[in-house]
Amino acid sequence: MTETTTSTRAEVCVVACAEIFRGAGEIMASPMSPVTTIGARLARLTFEPDLLLSDGEALYLAETPALGAKAPIEGWIPFSKVFDVVASGRRHVVMGANQIDKYGNQNLSAFGPLQRPTRQMFGVRGAPGNTINHATSYWVPKHNRRVFCEQVDIVSGIGYDKVDPANPAFRFHHLHRVVSNLGVFDFGGPDHTMRALSLHPGVGADEVAENTAFEIAGLGEAGETRLPTEEELRIIRTVLDPKGIRDKEVAA
Amino acid sequence: MRDKRMSLDDVVGELRSGMTIGIGGWGSRRKPMALVRAILRSDLTDLTVVGYGGPDLGLLCSAGKVRKAYYGFVSLDSAPFYDPWFAKARTEGAITVREMDEGMVKCGLQAAAARLPFLPIRAGLGSAVMDFWEGELKTVESPYPAADGRTETLVAMPALNLDAALVHLDLGDKHGNAAYTGVDPYFDDLYCLSAERRYLSVDRLVETEELVKAVPQQAIILNRMMVDGVVEAPGGAHFTFSGSYGRDEKFQRHYVDAAKTPESWAEFKATYLDVSEDEYQAAVRAFATQEG
Repeated sequence: MTETTTSTRAEVCVVACAEIFRGAGEIMASPMSPVTTIGARLARLTFEPDLLLSDGEALYLAETPALGAKAPIEGWIPFSKVFDVVASGRRHVVMGANQIDKYGNQNLSAFGPLQRPTRQMFGVRGAPGNTINHATSYWVPKHNRRVFCEQVDIVSGIGYDKVDPANPAFRFHHLHRVVSNLGVFDFGGPDHTMRALSLHPGVGADEVAENTAFEIAGLGEAGETRLPTEEELRIIRTVLDPKGIRDKEVAA
Repeated sequence: MRDKRMSLDDVVGELRSGMTIGIGGWGSRRKPMALVRAILRSDLTDLTVVGYGGPDLGLLCSAGKVRKAYYGFVSLDSAPFYDPWFAKARTEGAITVREMDEGMVKCGLQAAAARLPFLPIRAGLGSAVMDFWEGELKTVESPYPAADGRTETLVAMPALNLDAALVHLDLGDKHGNAAYTGVDPYFDDLYCLSAERRYLSVDRLVETEELVKAVPQQAIILNRMMVDGVVEAPGGAHFTFSGSYGRDEKFQRHYVDAAKTPESWAEFKATYLDVSEDEYQAAVRAFATQEG
Protein backbone atom coordinates (compact mmCIF):
# COMPACT_ATOMS: atom_id res chain seq x y z
CA MET A 1 0.00 0.00 0.00
CA THR A 2 1.42 3.35 -1.01
CA GLU A 3 1.15 6.59 0.89
CA THR A 4 -1.09 8.11 -1.77
CA THR A 5 -4.00 5.74 -1.12
CA THR A 6 -4.60 7.60 2.13
CA SER A 7 -5.14 11.03 0.55
CA THR A 8 -8.22 12.83 1.75
CA ARG A 9 -10.80 14.41 -0.53
CA ALA A 10 -9.46 17.82 0.49
CA GLU A 11 -5.98 16.82 -0.67
CA VAL A 12 -7.31 15.59 -4.00
CA CYS A 13 -9.05 18.97 -4.38
CA VAL A 14 -5.85 20.84 -3.52
CA VAL A 15 -4.00 18.99 -6.28
CA ALA A 16 -6.86 19.61 -8.72
CA CYS A 17 -6.63 23.30 -7.87
CA ALA A 18 -2.85 23.23 -8.35
CA GLU A 19 -3.43 21.68 -11.80
CA ILE A 20 -5.48 24.75 -12.76
CA PHE A 21 -2.17 26.62 -13.00
CA ARG A 22 -0.20 24.08 -15.03
CA GLY A 23 1.34 25.91 -17.97
CA ALA A 24 0.34 29.35 -16.65
CA GLY A 25 3.94 30.60 -16.51
CA GLU A 26 4.94 33.99 -15.13
CA ILE A 27 1.52 35.44 -14.29
CA MET A 28 -0.31 36.46 -11.14
CA ALA A 29 -2.22 33.56 -9.59
CA SER A 30 -5.19 34.78 -7.55
CA PRO A 31 -6.75 32.03 -5.47
CA MET A 32 -9.62 33.11 -3.21
CA SER A 33 -10.00 30.40 -0.56
CA PRO A 34 -7.78 28.16 1.58
CA VAL A 35 -7.94 25.09 -0.70
CA THR A 36 -7.25 27.12 -3.84
CA THR A 37 -4.46 29.01 -2.07
CA ILE A 38 -2.80 25.77 -0.98
CA GLY A 39 -3.23 24.57 -4.57
CA ALA A 40 -1.60 27.65 -6.11
CA ARG A 41 1.28 27.45 -3.65
CA LEU A 42 1.69 23.74 -4.34
CA ALA A 43 1.85 24.51 -8.07
CA ARG A 44 4.60 27.07 -7.45
CA LEU A 45 6.58 24.66 -5.27
CA THR A 46 6.36 21.93 -7.89
CA PHE A 47 5.60 22.46 -11.59
CA GLU A 48 4.97 26.25 -11.96
CA PRO A 49 7.86 27.96 -10.14
CA ASP A 50 7.41 31.30 -11.96
CA LEU A 51 3.89 32.06 -10.65
CA LEU A 52 3.45 35.34 -8.81
CA LEU A 53 1.49 34.98 -5.56
CA SER A 54 0.25 37.73 -3.31
CA ASP A 55 -0.29 37.61 0.43
CA GLY A 56 -3.97 38.35 -0.14
CA GLU A 57 -3.36 41.98 0.78
CA ALA A 58 -0.90 44.07 -1.18
CA LEU A 59 2.43 42.24 -1.28
CA TYR A 60 3.94 39.69 -3.64
CA LEU A 61 5.45 36.75 -1.76
CA ALA A 62 9.05 35.90 -2.67
CA GLU A 63 8.80 32.58 -0.89
CA THR A 64 5.95 30.13 -0.47
CA PRO A 65 4.83 29.98 3.16
CA ALA A 66 2.22 27.93 4.98
CA LEU A 67 -1.31 29.33 5.06
CA GLY A 68 -1.36 32.30 7.40
CA ALA A 69 2.43 32.40 7.82
CA LYS A 70 4.66 35.33 6.94
CA ALA A 71 7.32 35.18 4.24
CA PRO A 72 9.80 37.49 2.53
CA ILE A 73 8.23 39.59 -0.20
CA GLU A 74 9.30 40.46 -3.73
CA GLY A 75 6.97 43.32 -4.64
CA TRP A 76 3.91 45.48 -4.14
CA ILE A 77 0.45 44.91 -5.60
CA PRO A 78 -2.10 47.29 -4.06
CA PHE A 79 -5.72 47.04 -5.25
CA SER A 80 -5.31 49.85 -7.76
CA LYS A 81 -2.52 47.97 -9.50
CA VAL A 82 -4.47 44.70 -9.46
CA PHE A 83 -6.92 46.27 -11.91
CA ASP A 84 -4.03 47.12 -14.22
CA VAL A 85 -2.90 43.48 -14.10
CA VAL A 86 -6.48 42.35 -14.75
CA ALA A 87 -6.77 44.49 -17.87
CA SER A 88 -3.33 43.37 -19.07
CA GLY A 89 -4.43 39.74 -18.88
CA ARG A 90 -1.42 38.47 -16.95
CA ARG A 91 -3.54 36.81 -14.28
CA HIS A 92 -5.50 33.64 -13.57
CA VAL A 93 -8.11 33.92 -10.85
CA VAL A 94 -9.89 31.11 -9.06
CA MET A 95 -13.12 32.59 -7.78
CA GLY A 96 -15.95 31.11 -5.77
CA ALA A 97 -19.50 30.88 -7.07
CA ASN A 98 -22.82 31.07 -5.25
CA GLN A 99 -24.35 29.92 -8.53
CA ILE A 100 -22.85 28.62 -11.77
CA ASP A 101 -24.67 27.41 -14.89
CA LYS A 102 -23.80 25.11 -17.76
CA TYR A 103 -22.22 27.94 -19.82
CA GLY A 104 -20.10 29.09 -16.87
CA ASN A 105 -22.12 32.14 -15.89
CA GLN A 106 -21.35 32.78 -12.24
CA ASN A 107 -23.16 34.73 -9.53
CA LEU A 108 -21.82 36.09 -6.27
CA SER A 109 -23.96 39.22 -6.23
CA ALA A 110 -27.42 38.39 -4.91
CA PHE A 111 -30.31 35.96 -5.36
CA GLY A 112 -33.51 37.21 -6.98
CA PRO A 113 -34.34 40.33 -9.00
CA LEU A 114 -31.62 42.94 -9.50
CA GLN A 115 -33.14 45.89 -7.68
CA ARG A 116 -34.98 43.88 -5.04
CA PRO A 117 -33.16 40.61 -4.41
CA THR A 118 -34.34 38.05 -1.91
CA ARG A 119 -30.81 37.65 -0.56
CA GLN A 120 -27.89 40.04 -0.91
CA MET A 121 -24.31 38.75 -1.09
CA PHE A 122 -21.19 40.67 -2.15
CA GLY A 123 -22.12 42.33 -5.41
CA VAL A 124 -20.45 41.40 -8.68
CA ARG A 125 -16.98 42.31 -7.31
CA GLY A 126 -14.27 41.75 -9.96
CA ALA A 127 -16.08 38.96 -11.80
CA PRO A 128 -17.19 40.93 -14.90
CA GLY A 129 -13.66 42.28 -15.40
CA ASN A 130 -11.88 39.04 -14.61
CA THR A 131 -13.93 36.95 -17.00
CA ILE A 132 -13.59 39.32 -19.94
CA ASN A 133 -9.87 39.95 -19.44
CA HIS A 134 -8.06 36.77 -18.45
CA ALA A 135 -8.22 33.12 -17.49
CA THR A 136 -10.80 32.43 -14.80
CA SER A 137 -11.53 29.22 -12.94
CA TYR A 138 -14.03 28.42 -10.21
CA TRP A 139 -13.80 26.42 -7.01
CA VAL A 140 -16.96 25.12 -5.36
CA PRO A 141 -16.36 23.19 -2.12
CA LYS A 142 -19.95 21.94 -1.92
CA HIS A 143 -21.29 20.70 -5.25
CA ASN A 144 -25.10 20.77 -5.21
CA ARG A 145 -28.07 21.75 -7.39
CA ARG A 146 -28.40 25.14 -5.74
CA VAL A 147 -24.90 26.12 -6.90
CA PHE A 148 -24.78 24.15 -10.15
CA CYS A 149 -28.10 25.61 -11.27
CA GLU A 150 -30.15 25.89 -14.44
CA GLN A 151 -29.73 29.65 -14.67
CA VAL A 152 -27.92 32.11 -12.42
CA ASP A 153 -29.98 34.99 -11.05
CA ILE A 154 -27.40 37.73 -11.63
CA VAL A 155 -24.59 37.24 -14.14
CA SER A 156 -21.42 38.38 -12.36
CA GLY A 157 -18.77 36.35 -14.17
CA ILE A 158 -19.76 35.88 -17.80
CA GLY A 159 -20.28 32.47 -19.39
CA TYR A 160 -19.69 31.34 -22.97
CA ASP A 161 -23.25 32.17 -24.08
CA LYS A 162 -22.59 35.83 -23.20
CA VAL A 163 -19.67 36.12 -25.61
CA ASP A 164 -20.54 38.24 -28.65
CA PRO A 165 -18.48 36.73 -31.47
CA ALA A 166 -18.89 39.93 -33.51
CA ASN A 167 -17.21 41.99 -30.79
CA PRO A 168 -13.44 41.46 -30.46
CA ALA A 169 -13.60 42.88 -26.92
CA PHE A 170 -14.61 39.37 -25.84
CA ARG A 171 -11.51 37.72 -27.33
CA PHE A 172 -9.77 37.20 -23.99
CA HIS A 173 -12.69 35.37 -22.36
CA HIS A 174 -11.44 32.01 -21.13
CA LEU A 175 -13.07 29.88 -18.47
CA HIS A 176 -10.46 27.26 -17.72
CA ARG A 177 -11.71 24.87 -15.05
CA VAL A 178 -14.37 24.34 -12.44
CA VAL A 179 -13.15 22.26 -9.53
CA SER A 180 -15.66 21.04 -6.97
CA ASN A 181 -15.55 18.57 -4.12
CA LEU A 182 -16.84 16.00 -6.62
CA GLY A 183 -14.77 16.52 -9.74
CA VAL A 184 -12.97 18.62 -12.32
CA PHE A 185 -14.85 20.22 -15.22
CA ASP A 186 -14.22 22.46 -18.21
CA PHE A 187 -16.41 23.94 -20.96
CA GLY A 188 -15.53 21.54 -23.75
CA GLY A 189 -19.09 20.23 -24.01
CA PRO A 190 -21.47 21.05 -26.92
CA ASP A 191 -21.68 24.85 -27.47
CA HIS A 192 -19.09 25.45 -24.75
CA THR A 193 -21.12 23.83 -22.02
CA MET A 194 -19.76 22.19 -18.90
CA ARG A 195 -17.98 18.89 -19.41
CA ALA A 196 -16.62 16.46 -16.84
CA LEU A 197 -12.87 15.96 -17.11
CA SER A 198 -12.47 13.74 -14.07
CA LEU A 199 -14.36 12.69 -10.97
CA HIS A 200 -12.61 12.45 -7.64
CA PRO A 201 -11.83 8.95 -6.33
CA GLY A 202 -14.98 7.42 -4.83
CA VAL A 203 -17.35 9.76 -6.72
CA GLY A 204 -19.75 8.25 -9.26
CA ALA A 205 -21.35 9.89 -12.28
CA ASP A 206 -24.75 9.43 -10.61
CA GLU A 207 -23.70 11.45 -7.59
CA VAL A 208 -22.57 14.33 -9.79
CA ALA A 209 -25.73 14.18 -11.92
CA GLU A 210 -27.95 14.16 -8.83
CA ASN A 211 -26.21 17.23 -7.51
CA THR A 212 -26.29 19.22 -10.74
CA ALA A 213 -29.40 20.94 -12.14
CA PHE A 214 -28.21 20.68 -15.76
CA GLU A 215 -26.68 17.97 -17.88
CA ILE A 216 -22.90 17.81 -17.70
CA ALA A 217 -21.31 16.45 -20.87
CA GLY A 218 -18.95 13.50 -20.68
CA LEU A 219 -19.99 12.38 -17.21
CA GLY A 220 -19.97 8.72 -18.21
CA GLU A 221 -16.54 8.90 -19.83
CA ALA A 222 -14.76 10.99 -17.20
CA GLY A 223 -11.74 9.35 -15.65
CA GLU A 224 -10.57 9.62 -12.09
CA THR A 225 -8.92 12.79 -10.75
CA ARG A 226 -5.28 12.06 -10.14
CA LEU A 227 -4.11 11.45 -6.61
CA PRO A 228 -1.42 13.55 -4.97
CA THR A 229 2.09 12.18 -5.30
CA GLU A 230 3.95 11.38 -2.12
CA GLU A 231 5.99 14.55 -2.53
CA GLU A 232 2.84 16.63 -3.04
CA LEU A 233 1.27 15.11 0.06
CA ARG A 234 4.37 15.91 2.06
CA ILE A 235 4.30 19.52 0.88
CA ILE A 236 0.57 19.91 1.58
CA ARG A 237 0.75 18.31 5.01
CA THR A 238 4.02 19.59 6.38
CA VAL A 239 4.86 22.75 4.42
CA LEU A 240 1.67 24.51 3.28
CA ASP A 241 -1.11 23.41 5.62
CA PRO A 242 0.26 21.80 8.78
CA LYS A 243 -2.84 22.96 10.69
CA GLY A 244 -5.21 21.09 8.38
CA ILE A 245 -7.26 24.12 7.35
CA ARG A 246 -8.09 22.30 4.08
CA ASP A 247 -10.23 19.82 6.00
CA LYS A 248 -12.51 22.61 7.21
CA GLU A 249 -13.29 23.57 3.61
CA VAL A 250 -13.76 20.04 2.27
CA ALA A 251 -15.06 17.26 4.49
CA ALA A 252 -13.12 14.00 4.42
CA MET B 1 -0.65 78.14 3.74
CA ARG B 2 -4.20 77.88 5.01
CA ASP B 3 -5.19 76.16 8.19
CA LYS B 4 -8.04 73.88 7.05
CA ARG B 5 -8.90 72.33 10.38
CA MET B 6 -12.60 71.74 10.93
CA SER B 7 -14.81 69.70 13.24
CA LEU B 8 -16.70 66.63 12.07
CA ASP B 9 -19.94 68.59 12.33
CA ASP B 10 -18.43 71.49 10.34
CA VAL B 11 -17.82 69.06 7.48
CA VAL B 12 -21.35 67.72 7.61
CA GLY B 13 -22.58 71.34 7.68
CA GLU B 14 -21.01 71.83 4.26
CA LEU B 15 -22.84 68.82 2.78
CA ARG B 16 -26.39 68.98 1.42
CA SER B 17 -29.16 66.45 1.00
CA GLY B 18 -29.21 64.95 -2.48
CA MET B 19 -25.45 65.17 -2.93
CA THR B 20 -23.29 62.50 -4.54
CA ILE B 21 -20.65 61.52 -2.01
CA GLY B 22 -17.59 59.37 -2.65
CA ILE B 23 -16.30 57.49 0.36
CA GLY B 24 -12.66 56.34 0.33
CA GLY B 25 -11.19 53.12 1.68
CA TRP B 26 -11.98 49.57 0.60
CA GLY B 27 -14.56 47.22 2.16
CA SER B 28 -13.97 47.40 5.89
CA ARG B 29 -10.60 49.14 5.53
CA ARG B 30 -9.70 52.73 6.30
CA LYS B 31 -13.21 54.06 6.03
CA PRO B 32 -13.88 57.63 7.26
CA MET B 33 -16.21 56.23 9.90
CA ALA B 34 -16.12 59.28 12.21
CA LEU B 35 -17.40 61.37 9.29
CA VAL B 36 -20.01 58.72 8.51
CA ARG B 37 -21.13 58.76 12.14
CA ALA B 38 -21.40 62.56 11.94
CA ILE B 39 -23.67 62.20 8.89
CA LEU B 40 -25.82 59.74 10.88
CA ARG B 41 -26.32 62.43 13.54
CA SER B 42 -27.37 65.00 10.92
CA ASP B 43 -30.59 65.52 8.98
CA LEU B 44 -28.85 64.90 5.65
CA THR B 45 -30.80 62.55 3.42
CA ASP B 46 -31.32 61.40 -0.19
CA LEU B 47 -27.60 60.77 -0.70
CA THR B 48 -25.98 59.03 -3.63
CA VAL B 49 -22.96 57.10 -2.37
CA VAL B 50 -20.00 56.00 -4.52
CA GLY B 51 -17.39 53.58 -3.27
CA TYR B 52 -15.88 50.21 -2.54
CA GLY B 53 -18.50 49.59 0.09
CA GLY B 54 -18.24 48.38 3.64
CA PRO B 55 -19.96 49.29 6.89
CA ASP B 56 -19.85 52.95 5.83
CA LEU B 57 -22.55 52.28 3.26
CA GLY B 58 -24.28 49.87 5.64
CA LEU B 59 -24.54 52.40 8.45
CA LEU B 60 -25.79 55.10 6.08
CA CYS B 61 -28.47 52.64 4.91
CA SER B 62 -29.38 51.87 8.54
CA ALA B 63 -30.40 55.50 8.99
CA GLY B 64 -32.20 55.80 5.65
CA LYS B 65 -29.67 58.29 4.30
CA VAL B 66 -29.09 56.58 0.97
CA ARG B 67 -31.21 56.92 -2.16
CA LYS B 68 -28.77 55.45 -4.65
CA ALA B 69 -25.43 53.64 -4.54
CA TYR B 70 -22.66 53.10 -7.08
CA TYR B 71 -20.33 50.28 -6.00
CA GLY B 72 -18.49 47.15 -7.08
CA PHE B 73 -19.15 45.31 -3.85
CA VAL B 74 -20.16 45.76 -0.24
CA SER B 75 -18.12 43.64 2.15
CA LEU B 76 -17.05 43.57 5.77
CA ASP B 77 -13.86 41.75 4.65
CA SER B 78 -14.01 39.16 7.43
CA ALA B 79 -16.71 36.77 8.66
CA PRO B 80 -19.69 37.29 8.57
CA PHE B 81 -18.74 39.29 5.43
CA TYR B 82 -22.16 40.59 4.38
CA ASP B 83 -23.23 43.97 5.72
CA PRO B 84 -26.64 43.54 7.40
CA TRP B 85 -28.02 47.02 6.68
CA PHE B 86 -26.97 47.10 3.06
CA ALA B 87 -28.57 43.67 2.65
CA LYS B 88 -31.78 44.93 4.28
CA ALA B 89 -31.91 48.04 2.09
CA ARG B 90 -31.40 45.89 -1.01
CA THR B 91 -33.94 43.20 -0.17
CA GLU B 92 -36.54 45.80 0.74
CA GLY B 93 -35.85 47.72 -2.47
CA ALA B 94 -35.15 50.82 -0.39
CA ILE B 95 -32.26 51.98 -2.56
CA THR B 96 -31.51 52.09 -6.27
CA VAL B 97 -28.20 50.49 -7.06
CA ARG B 98 -25.75 50.85 -9.90
CA GLU B 99 -23.67 47.75 -9.23
CA MET B 100 -20.54 47.36 -11.34
CA ASP B 101 -17.22 45.61 -11.67
CA GLU B 102 -14.60 46.80 -9.17
CA GLY B 103 -12.36 48.05 -11.95
CA MET B 104 -15.22 50.15 -13.31
CA VAL B 105 -15.36 52.16 -10.08
CA LYS B 106 -11.71 53.12 -10.53
CA CYS B 107 -12.31 53.83 -14.22
CA GLY B 108 -15.26 56.14 -13.48
CA LEU B 109 -13.28 58.02 -10.85
CA GLN B 110 -10.36 58.37 -13.28
CA ALA B 111 -12.71 59.83 -15.88
CA ALA B 112 -14.04 62.31 -13.32
CA ALA B 113 -10.54 63.22 -12.17
CA ALA B 114 -9.50 63.86 -15.77
CA ARG B 115 -12.71 65.85 -16.47
CA LEU B 116 -13.65 63.42 -19.19
CA PRO B 117 -17.27 62.30 -19.78
CA PHE B 118 -16.24 58.64 -19.81
CA LEU B 119 -13.37 56.20 -20.23
CA PRO B 120 -13.56 52.92 -22.14
CA ILE B 121 -13.24 49.61 -20.31
CA ARG B 122 -13.89 45.98 -21.26
CA ALA B 123 -15.29 45.03 -17.86
CA GLY B 124 -19.05 44.82 -17.62
CA LEU B 125 -19.76 43.61 -21.16
CA GLY B 126 -22.02 40.56 -21.20
CA SER B 127 -22.71 40.73 -17.47
CA ALA B 128 -25.66 41.88 -15.35
CA VAL B 129 -23.89 45.20 -14.84
CA MET B 130 -25.57 46.54 -17.98
CA ASP B 131 -28.98 45.62 -16.50
CA PHE B 132 -28.20 47.09 -13.09
CA TRP B 133 -27.71 50.50 -14.69
CA GLU B 134 -31.17 50.53 -16.29
CA GLY B 135 -30.03 52.29 -19.45
CA GLU B 136 -27.65 54.64 -17.68
CA LEU B 137 -24.59 52.73 -18.88
CA LYS B 138 -23.71 52.93 -22.57
CA THR B 139 -21.20 51.29 -24.84
CA VAL B 140 -18.84 52.95 -27.30
CA GLU B 141 -17.43 51.67 -30.55
CA SER B 142 -13.71 52.10 -30.98
CA PRO B 143 -12.83 54.56 -33.75
CA TYR B 144 -9.71 52.50 -34.38
CA PRO B 145 -10.15 49.27 -36.30
CA ALA B 146 -7.86 46.37 -35.43
CA ALA B 147 -5.51 44.81 -38.00
CA ASP B 148 -8.28 42.44 -39.07
CA GLY B 149 -10.59 45.38 -39.78
CA ARG B 150 -12.97 44.66 -36.93
CA THR B 151 -13.67 47.21 -34.19
CA GLU B 152 -14.21 46.67 -30.49
CA THR B 153 -17.32 47.76 -28.67
CA LEU B 154 -16.48 48.68 -25.10
CA VAL B 155 -18.26 49.95 -22.02
CA ALA B 156 -18.22 53.76 -21.89
CA MET B 157 -17.76 54.07 -18.16
CA PRO B 158 -19.29 57.43 -17.21
CA ALA B 159 -17.36 59.80 -15.00
CA LEU B 160 -18.28 59.31 -11.36
CA ASN B 161 -18.36 63.03 -10.59
CA LEU B 162 -18.57 63.58 -6.87
CA ASP B 163 -20.03 66.57 -5.08
CA ALA B 164 -17.92 65.63 -2.08
CA ALA B 165 -15.28 63.09 -1.15
CA LEU B 166 -14.73 61.78 2.38
CA VAL B 167 -11.47 59.98 3.15
CA HIS B 168 -9.57 58.91 6.25
CA LEU B 169 -5.79 58.69 6.46
CA ASP B 170 -3.51 57.95 9.37
CA LEU B 171 -1.38 61.03 9.37
CA GLY B 172 -1.78 64.53 8.02
CA ASP B 173 -1.10 68.23 8.55
CA LYS B 174 -3.57 71.09 8.94
CA HIS B 175 -3.13 72.12 5.30
CA GLY B 176 -4.33 68.84 3.83
CA ASN B 177 -1.10 67.02 3.09
CA ALA B 178 -1.57 63.45 4.27
CA ALA B 179 -0.11 59.96 4.23
CA TYR B 180 -1.28 56.41 4.72
CA THR B 181 0.86 54.17 6.92
CA GLY B 182 -0.67 50.86 5.88
CA VAL B 183 0.27 48.74 2.91
CA ASP B 184 -2.36 49.96 0.42
CA PRO B 185 -3.35 53.52 -0.52
CA TYR B 186 -6.69 52.23 -1.82
CA PHE B 187 -8.10 54.98 -4.05
CA ASP B 188 -8.30 57.91 -1.68
CA ASP B 189 -6.28 60.25 -3.90
CA LEU B 190 -8.58 59.46 -6.81
CA TYR B 191 -11.71 60.25 -4.76
CA CYS B 192 -10.24 63.63 -3.88
CA LEU B 193 -9.36 64.34 -7.51
CA SER B 194 -12.92 63.43 -8.58
CA ALA B 195 -14.78 65.69 -6.16
CA GLU B 196 -15.84 69.33 -5.92
CA ARG B 197 -15.30 69.38 -2.15
CA ARG B 198 -12.77 67.15 -0.40
CA TYR B 199 -12.76 66.31 3.32
CA LEU B 200 -10.07 64.42 5.14
CA SER B 201 -10.07 62.97 8.64
CA VAL B 202 -6.81 61.82 10.17
CA ASP B 203 -5.96 59.79 13.24
CA ARG B 204 -3.11 62.13 14.02
CA LEU B 205 -2.49 65.74 12.97
CA VAL B 206 1.18 66.72 12.91
CA GLU B 207 3.36 69.56 11.65
CA THR B 208 4.33 69.29 7.99
CA GLU B 209 7.95 68.76 8.99
CA GLU B 210 7.02 65.76 11.09
CA LEU B 211 4.70 64.35 8.41
CA VAL B 212 7.40 64.28 5.73
CA LYS B 213 9.88 62.67 8.12
CA ALA B 214 7.43 60.08 9.46
CA VAL B 215 6.77 58.22 6.21
CA PRO B 216 8.39 57.48 2.85
CA GLN B 217 7.51 60.41 0.56
CA GLN B 218 5.55 58.08 -1.74
CA ALA B 219 3.11 57.45 1.10
CA ILE B 220 2.01 61.11 1.09
CA ILE B 221 -0.82 60.51 -1.35
CA LEU B 222 -2.73 63.72 -0.66
CA ASN B 223 -1.42 67.25 -1.04
CA ARG B 224 -3.14 70.42 0.09
CA MET B 225 -4.65 71.32 -3.30
CA MET B 226 -6.60 68.05 -3.11
CA VAL B 227 -8.20 68.79 0.28
CA ASP B 228 -10.64 71.46 1.50
CA GLY B 229 -11.06 70.48 5.13
CA VAL B 230 -9.08 68.49 7.67
CA VAL B 231 -10.49 66.92 10.82
CA GLU B 232 -8.36 65.41 13.53
CA ALA B 233 -10.28 62.27 14.53
CA PRO B 234 -8.24 59.76 16.53
CA GLY B 235 -9.64 56.30 15.85
CA GLY B 236 -11.68 57.89 13.07
CA ALA B 237 -11.62 54.73 10.95
CA HIS B 238 -12.88 52.52 13.80
CA PHE B 239 -14.13 49.80 13.55
CA THR B 240 -12.49 49.35 10.16
CA PHE B 241 -8.81 48.67 9.55
CA SER B 242 -6.49 51.66 9.43
CA GLY B 243 -2.73 51.71 8.89
CA SER B 244 -2.02 52.14 12.57
CA TYR B 245 -4.70 49.85 14.00
CA GLY B 246 -6.41 46.67 12.87
CA ARG B 247 -10.07 46.09 12.19
CA ASP B 248 -11.93 45.69 15.48
CA GLU B 249 -13.26 42.23 14.66
CA LYS B 250 -15.11 41.86 17.95
CA PHE B 251 -16.88 45.18 17.48
CA GLN B 252 -17.67 44.43 13.85
CA ARG B 253 -19.39 41.20 14.94
CA HIS B 254 -21.22 43.23 17.59
CA TYR B 255 -22.43 45.58 14.82
CA VAL B 256 -23.71 42.65 12.74
CA ASP B 257 -25.35 40.93 15.72
CA ALA B 258 -26.96 44.16 16.88
CA ALA B 259 -28.68 44.55 13.50
CA LYS B 260 -30.60 41.30 14.01
CA THR B 261 -33.51 42.67 16.07
CA PRO B 262 -35.07 46.14 16.44
CA GLU B 263 -34.41 45.98 20.18
CA SER B 264 -30.70 45.18 19.94
CA TRP B 265 -30.26 47.78 17.21
CA ALA B 266 -31.99 50.45 19.31
CA GLU B 267 -29.53 49.69 22.08
CA PHE B 268 -26.54 49.79 19.70
CA LYS B 269 -27.75 53.05 18.21
CA ALA B 270 -28.27 54.66 21.59
CA THR B 271 -24.85 53.56 22.81
CA TYR B 272 -22.71 54.21 19.75
CA LEU B 273 -24.54 56.35 17.20
CA ASP B 274 -26.78 58.85 18.98
CA VAL B 275 -23.72 60.18 20.78
CA SER B 276 -20.78 62.46 20.05
CA GLU B 277 -17.58 61.06 18.52
CA ASP B 278 -15.82 61.37 21.90
CA GLU B 279 -18.63 59.43 23.56
CA TYR B 280 -18.45 56.84 20.79
CA GLN B 281 -14.73 56.30 21.36
CA ALA B 282 -15.31 56.04 25.12
CA ALA B 283 -18.11 53.49 24.57
CA VAL B 284 -15.80 51.50 22.28
CA ARG B 285 -13.10 51.45 24.96
CA ALA B 286 -15.67 50.21 27.46
CA PHE B 287 -16.82 47.53 24.99
CA ALA B 288 -13.24 46.34 24.53
CA THR B 289 -12.92 45.58 28.22
CA GLN B 290 -16.04 43.39 28.24
CA GLU B 291 -15.70 39.63 28.36
CA GLY B 292 -16.25 37.41 25.33
